[in-house]
Amino acid sequence: MTLAERPLTERIESLGGLVPLAAYERAGGYEAARRVVASMAPIEVQDLVKEANLRGRGGAGFPTGVKWSFVPMGAAGDGHKYLVCNADEMEPGTFKDRYLMEYDPHLLVEGMIIAAFAIQADTAYIFLRGEYHESFRQLSRAISDAKQRGYVGDRVFGSDFNLELGIHRSGGRYICGEETALLNALEGKRAQPRTKPPFPPASGAWGRPTIVNNVETLCNVPGIIRNGAEWFQDLGLGDDSGTKLYGVSGRVKRPGLWELPIGTSIREIIFEHAGGMQDGYKLRGILPGGASTDFLVEEHLDLPMDYGSIQAAGSRMGTGTMILMDDSVCPVAISINLQHFFAQESCGFCTPCREGLPWLEGLLQDIEDGRGKPEDMEVLDTNAAFIGAPGNTFCLHATGAMEPLVSALKYFREDFEAHIRTGRCPYQEGG
Amino acid sequence: MSEVQLIGALSNEEIEAIEAEIAHLPDRQSAAIEALQIVQAKRGWVTDESLNAVARLLDMSSAELDSIATFYNLIFRKPVGRHVILVCDSVSCFVMGCDRVRAVVAEHLGIELGQTTNDGRFTLLPIVCLGACDRAPVMMIDDELIGDVRADEVPKLLERFR
Repeated sequence: MTLAERPLTERIESLGGLVPLAAYERAGGYEAARRVVASMAPIEVQDLVKEANLRGRGGAGFPTGVKWSFVPMGAAGDGHKYLVCNADEMEPGTFKDRYLMEYDPHLLVEGMIIAAFAIQADTAYIFLRGEYHESFRQLSRAISDAKQRGYVGDRVFGSDFNLELGIHRSGGRYICGEETALLNALEGKRAQPRTKPPFPPASGAWGRPTIVNNVETLCNVPGIIRNGAEWFQDLGLGDDSGTKLYGVSGRVKRPGLWELPIGTSIREIIFEHAGGMQDGYKLRGILPGGASTDFLVEEHLDLPMDYGSIQAAGSRMGTGTMILMDDSVCPVAISINLQHFFAQESCGFCTPCREGLPWLEGLLQDIEDGRGKPEDMEVLDTNAAFIGAPGNTFCLHATGAMEPLVSALKYFREDFEAHIRTGRCPYQEGG
Repeated sequence: MSEVQLIGALSNEEIEAIEAEIAHLPDRQSAAIEALQIVQAKRGWVTDESLNAVARLLDMSSAELDSIATFYNLIFRKPVGRHVILVCDSVSCFVMGCDRVRAVVAEHLGIELGQTTNDGRFTLLPIVCLGACDRAPVMMIDDELIGDVRADEVPKLLERFR
């Protein structure tokens, strides 16, 4: 590979912004969807995506083709089926899906046509963050253009496949990103997660088989159809396939977003693409894929950013958009900020999450304000382990909340202890 | 009160827009968020009267609809000002100094989070990550996303919103 391929962002980069329908089609857009609908069986599409080893880009990394294969097909799958694009991008530090929706909305529409065909869904929704006004404008326009051309609606590309495609603008709540909470929200209910099983492919929206896929995941589908499974596998550097939108925020010289081969090292992303730390700041901690992923530190810089490597290091790649903590940031204060977020966004259904998260935030605030006691460290350890253990709560919200806290207690322990020992925050001026 | 009077708290235009949403959903309740958004778009917030009327229109109890309305960050059950300022307080913005930005906005307008200025011009609210972390600190005024906010430029920035 001389020049790295960028199937997700190459059109945006060559046009320097929005890719309208005509430009999208000039670059081969909608060819894949047309071919799928005209000449492929749904199962063939599922198998191709499975073989390509596309894994969910929303954070969990579940193999997309495998997820699709759980949907009942043929006579067993008669009646309505739904495809829902999870565009409720709300994981703190994450700004990748908005970029795709604002600048190349037809890529998402095409990916959704193919995915809907693969599971034979007759209705698809984009569950969009309410605050994403520009994404709403661009997606509305793209859907209306695609409808006018006969790419969505009745008789897609002149075939007997029908697909209604609409946008739901969320009322705004982080828990809606959890796929069963999202389905409740779509049904006009409080967005509380549902018990599992049944999983959405068996019983999802309005009790019908439903697939929920992330924006970036669906945007990868047209390229796989056009270029094949092997091409997609070869894009990745290690065990994982494809490219990934990686982002960096925090005190770096060039914060931003880059499409790179999946498995690019953390060091290359931070120091080449983001230009390294701003003068006068040193890197102390990395939240590799959003607020609900465990901190990594300098010793992890040479790890490839892929699902397996980051998991082996005790964290998760998550959304792949990392947040850097520099040496001017108090680890206790950033932990308060993170726990405040999770406490506020808890749906309130399970006691450990509803009561435990605000309580931990309060304890951390005590430590930050110099009211910490030596035994608080053990209290933090014990309760973070209890609240974070999967199975103590209905969904993984509290588990995600504890990931950055448990890892902060591990890597920045001396900072917590110094607060307690000296009765003040060493990071505050004159403090 | 009759059904007609109860639903009468909504304009014909609002009722038509809500019915249009219901038409392509499997049941009436599924249009709950859309209906509240339609009401809020014109009125700025959702009054008790409109909430009751929407609930009737969707075949729901008012209590259930209110539990939904109050669950979401962007449905307002209290009056808001002409412009709503959302200041991001999530982790990337925290690292880049959003506390200072929020303090300057609050001081400049003389209000705290959750309050509206006496002249009804601005309401100040916190918001979670706005998805523009490469331009942190970030805020949103109405539907305009504003990145790389500098605390000292806040007064000038607010001047644009009358």
